[in-house]
Amino acid sequence: MDPRAILLIIHVYLCYNTRTTTLSVFICVYGSLLFICLPFVLIFTFLSFGQEKNDSSQHMPYTNERHSAEKLKDIATEIRRDIVRSLVVAKSGHSGGPLGSSDIFATLYFGGVMNYDPKDPRKEGRDRFVLSAGHMCPVLYATLANAGFFPRSELLTLRQFGSRLQGHPGRDMGLPGIETSSGSLGQGLSIAVGMAISDKLVDRNDARVYSLTGDGELQEGSIWEAVMAAGHFKLDNFCMIVDNNDCQIDGRVGDVMNVYPLKEKFESFNFHTIEVDGHDHAALLAAFDEAKSVKGKPTCIIAKTYMGQGVSFMEDDYTWHGKPPNDEQAEQALKELGVLS
Amino acid sequence: MNLEKYDKKPTRHGFGKGLVELGERDERIVVLGGDITGSVMTQWFKDKFPDRFFSIGVAEQNATTIAAGLALSGKIPFFASYGAFCALRNADQLRISVCYNETNVKIGGGHSGISVGPDGATHQVLEDIAFLRALPNMTLVVPCDYVEARKATVALGEMVGPGYIRFARSATPVFTRDDTPFTLGKAEVFRQGGDVAIIACGPLVWEALTAAEELSKEGVDARVINLHTVKPLDVETVVTAARDCGVIVTAEEHQILGGMGSAVAQAVVKNAPVPIEFVGVTDTFGGSGDPDHLMDVFGLRSQYIIKSVRKVLKRKQKEITGIQPITQVGEEGEGPVNYPKPLEKFLLDELHKAEENYPPKGVPAESLEPVT
Repeated sequence: MDPRAILLIIHVYLCYNTRTTTLSVFICVYGSLLFICLPFVLIFTFLSFGQEKNDSSQHMPYTNERHSAEKLKDIATEIRRDIVRSLVVAKSGHSGGPLGSSDIFATLYFGGVMNYDPKDPRKEGRDRFVLSAGHMCPVLYATLANAGFFPRSELLTLRQFGSRLQGHPGRDMGLPGIETSSGSLGQGLSIAVGMAISDKLVDRNDARVYSLTGDGELQEGSIWEAVMAAGHFKLDNFCMIVDNNDCQIDGRVGDVMNVYPLKEKFESFNFHTIEVDGHDHAALLAAFDEAKSVKGKPTCIIAKTYMGQGVSFMEDDYTWHGKPPNDEQAEQALKELGVLS
Repeated sequence: MNLEKYDKKPTRHGFGKGLVELGERDERIVVLGGDITGSVMTQWFKDKFPDRFFSIGVAEQNATTIAAGLALSGKIPFFASYGAFCALRNADQLRISVCYNETNVKIGGGHSGISVGPDGATHQVLEDIAFLRALPNMTLVVPCDYVEARKATVALGEMVGPGYIRFARSATPVFTRDDTPFTLGKAEVFRQGGDVAIIACGPLVWEALTAAEELSKEGVDARVINLHTVKPLDVETVVTAARDCGVIVTAEEHQILGGMGSAVAQAVVKNAPVPIEFVGVTDTFGGSGDPDHLMDVFGLRSQYIIKSVRKVLKRKQKEITGIQPITQVGEEGEGPVNYPKPLEKFLLDELHKAEENYPPKGVPAESLEPVT
């Protein structure tokens, strides 16, 4: 094996574990390596310093506390940038839904809503989030990276061979913060209901379970089986969010197969239902707070969003459901998101 | 052996008993009901452990995925329904939320095969093995009688990973005992012999033993193998039988397309090609009728096994050519078989490549500067 490859692997590994790797381990490993192949190390270290200068992926993650609505807006923009960056490198994937739901994810993870610890992703008694609309994973990946579950630079491996960032979430790849595989529409919601049953009715703890579905996804019959069960078991530790952007691949949700009215449907299944502007951070915070206070019923937050929000040429355009921006479009998008002037 | 002296009990009772046994020794066992708890015998668990039983209603897709959610929370969920609805109606849920997700979910598929009887073709699942054995990570057991069903249920509960147990409605002879060896993934030779190997699973093991007794009167010495675990397949025992006996007959209460016989054929053709005959349902649907009568009509009796044995013996070669060292499907030498797991070299190389190629053409480097 090429000695440079070995060095690369060790170096990359150590770089991404700086917080958990003690200095002595660093010195030990590098010390012995220096003796063996000093020139390679020098070249490589030099190269990596050069890289870090241009690499925004090393900035500190956002903490899990209640950020103000203004700060959440900034964080959502940062998430949107990461979505565009990862998609332009991946050259495939879904743009519209992830951009449109960035505000929901920013509020959920950085609004002090969920109890989680990026340093201990499998902590007992944590709140769990299940992305039932698995194709929207770029926004989940960007959010988890910004929360410090894994290095942001890993976002650039989206959809590549061997990546932990699979095209739809794959639990087998062990990406921290991913609770389950999902992507076959409708199934994530049932899994989340199963988790909520376990927390509330078997373990009887205080943990909460959140799940996000698309609105087109509501056409899957098994969604309503899950909704029926959540209402039946009075899972007040369960909160589902419908990303209601009214877009699916073939067109407007109402045209492809009408799922409306939503509020009345969920209410008739014994849900506490809240309709909210999915781009209004203060309103989203209030909705999540309200959901926590409801007893004896699960909550459904119907978040009205615009697909592709934040990038003018994608906004409310269903053709952006399942395609990535090309280089020029990404440049334009990043300009609009305040990165480029 | 005296084939008359055995009691009859349905395998579903073995499943129900096994569940209660598991529930007593492990608090993590939870059971989901799909409205037919009395028929698939999850009722016994429900009566004993009401706090660990959840009725999900007639919603098999939801029950399967809820089970996955429970498994992701450290529970060991069992969901049982009729095989038609908990192996095939929920097929995608099994594929994604259970098998791809590697969740510790166990499914009990009741009323399997044609012996459901009067309910008719809609409820007689004859295609479940074909689907289930194609699922990565799945363990599939088809116990031959009441006692083995109990043992298999307990073994599935103790094993980690997706599992499916296929059992039937009708009472069939109980011919194994508590001390009969049973290990998941290990086929048992129930009768030694060297002229022909009869490989069977489920209620057809009994028919195979009956056939072997008859055949011995004709001077044919048949080996009977109980292939209770269809997946993972005990290739060693199957191929050894092919080499020793030179001809094989498989017997199952399932379509011969894609069933246990197909699994046997694949292993045998690969390692020691010998003639095989298949006893099973031949590419047709079932229908209403008395279970015993249906078994006769659809050729799932010892006399059909005997016919197949006679037929296959005519094709027996003096010598088997093309014998290979025993290999499992997907073993080394057949190309890459596994998707790389994270933090292997693949990922780190790709990660580095991604960074090298960044920013992509048209996106200036300053776009990487953080703003906030």
